[in-house]
Amino acid sequence: MSELNDLYQEIILDHNKNPRNWGKIDLPSNFAEGFNPLCGDKIELYVNYNGDKIQDIKFEGNGCAISKASASVMTTMVKGKTKDEITKIYNEFHQIITEGCNHDHYIDENLEVFCGVKEYPGRVKCAALAWHTLNDILKRIDNNG
Amino acid sequence: MKNDPNCKFDVAKIRSDFPILSQKMNAKPLIYLDSAASTMKPRQVVESISDLYYGYYANIHRGVYLFSQISTEKYENARSVVKKYINAKYDEEIIFTRGATESINLIAHSYGRPNLKEGDEIIVTEMEHHANIVPWQQLCKETGAKLRYIPFDDKGELILEEYDKMVSNKTKIVSIVHISNSLGTINPVKYIFNKAKEVGAVTLLDASQSIQHVKVDVQELNCDFLAFSGHKIYGPTGIGILYGKLHLLEDMPPYQTGGDMIKSVSFERTLFADIPGRFEAGTQNIEGAIGLGAAIEYVSSIGLDEIAQYEHSLLEYANQKIREIPQVTIIGNAKQKASLISFLLEDIHPHDVGTIMDKLGIAVRTGQHCTEPTMKHFGITATTRASFAFYNTIDDINVFIEGIKQVIETFE
Ligand SMILES: Cc1ncc(COP(=O)(O)O)c(C=O)c1O
Repeated sequence: MSELNDLYQEIILDHNKNPRNWGKIDLPSNFAEGFNPLCGDKIELYVNYNGDKIQDIKFEGNGCAISKASASVMTTMVKGKTKDEITKIYNEFHQIITEGCNHDHYIDENLEVFCGVKEYPGRVKCAALAWHTLNDILKRIDNNG
Repeated sequence: MKNDPNCKFDVAKIRSDFPILSQKMNAKPLIYLDSAASTMKPRQVVESISDLYYGYYANIHRGVYLFSQISTEKYENARSVVKKYINAKYDEEIIFTRGATESINLIAHSYGRPNLKEGDEIIVTEMEHHANIVPWQQLCKETGAKLRYIPFDDKGELILEEYDKMVSNKTKIVSIVHISNSLGTINPVKYIFNKAKEVGAVTLLDASQSIQHVKVDVQELNCDFLAFSGHKIYGPTGIGILYGKLHLLEDMPPYQTGGDMIKSVSFERTLFADIPGRFEAGTQNIEGAIGLGAAIEYVSSIGLDEIAQYEHSLLEYANQKIREIPQVTIIGNAKQKASLISFLLEDIHPHDVGTIMDKLGIAVRTGQHCTEPTMKHFGITATTRASFAFYNTIDDINVFIEGIKQVIETFE
């Protein structure tokens, strides 16, 4: 299955099977739902934001391996980070899934597993779902001060 | 081919009519198992369209010159081909539309609106394609009529006792899918429509998934209306058929208005054309109609009985092979089933299955197949669906089964 290794890497399969930060937060400071009507993918994202950083983040939902792994990786990366820090990671992630990886530049090792997504145009939306949902939350945090 | 389907059915010859089947996809020989979504087109259909454009094209029903007359003749001949194929009584009962979706919308609009009122009921099944749900929901909103659904059991068979209880003199329209596109169930149309006729209801058959596989005789089945799309029966996209009984169509107002569908127009009023012209407003899809006619002639030349028998043998083989894989759960196990298999692979999401299959050159459909309520019945959001047509082979199925095994391996 060598052709598929670029997409279904060990790390993706592991996050799919054992998603990190899986579950709900009782009384979260922020909550958002994301849908991908094309696949029927769905994510519920729970965030505790303390005015400065994301203290805690959890998610639930159902979706394909790509969307689940992407959500799982995302939660591990943004926990304890400020909005500006997260925006930076988001921008890097977005570039990777739409334009691929330019290995002349530094790539966060957590995001490297998504380098192959660009080759699967039908799956870019799956990878982006969790991040778009988080973005909705960050925008709302912005508007509230 | 009479007794031994694998022996006499000349699938190699058929495949030579479909050049696309020799293409590669992702550098692998194409294994096309998505004919329920849309079928590939034989040379004969493509050539009927190039003959038109290179040889005699002109607008129809308008010019006095020869090419316009030939184009008109070919267009009208396609109507006769369809009429014969579904055993309608008159050519005028065949209306060209854009597809099954438009045909159903036309009936909801031009038959439903003027004839339904509050308290009336429309019956469909719980396994309809969205195209046979949403137009009726809209009609109900406008008229106050009520939409009722015949439930099905876990095998994917309609629960007819529930239907028997549902039918009453309130029932005005019974519209059902002949073969379910997500489960493959062949529904007992004759029983359902006979019952509908007992209470004077009008019947509509969504033949989108049956017209290319089994004999559909509108008179024998007691169909008042019938809808299907050309692109699922080896014809072009953008063309479809609405069949309606003459006396029903004659009383129906137009769906769209404009050129070609009139007898006379003055600034004060318009006299609408007789059927079928009344329902074919504007310049028509001439190439679509001619291509559909060629497609039906192609299917007829092979023979529906032969097709049904061969496709059934493919289904049986696929069923037997896929059941040997313990991780597979088949969704839809009706006794009467068309040649498609919807399935789950433990907790591997169908979109991951589809992506891995794609890399192997195998085209399968993944998702809800425009039948969200059907998925809901099984508590799932999506399946992987492989559908088999007469150009598929036992080898295709072997590759497909290997593909499933590779998916499982990847996720192990
Ligand atoms: C059972 C059934 N009905 C209706 C349709 C709608 O056909 P179209 O999209 O060509 O109008 C389909 C197509 O998927 C179908 O399978």
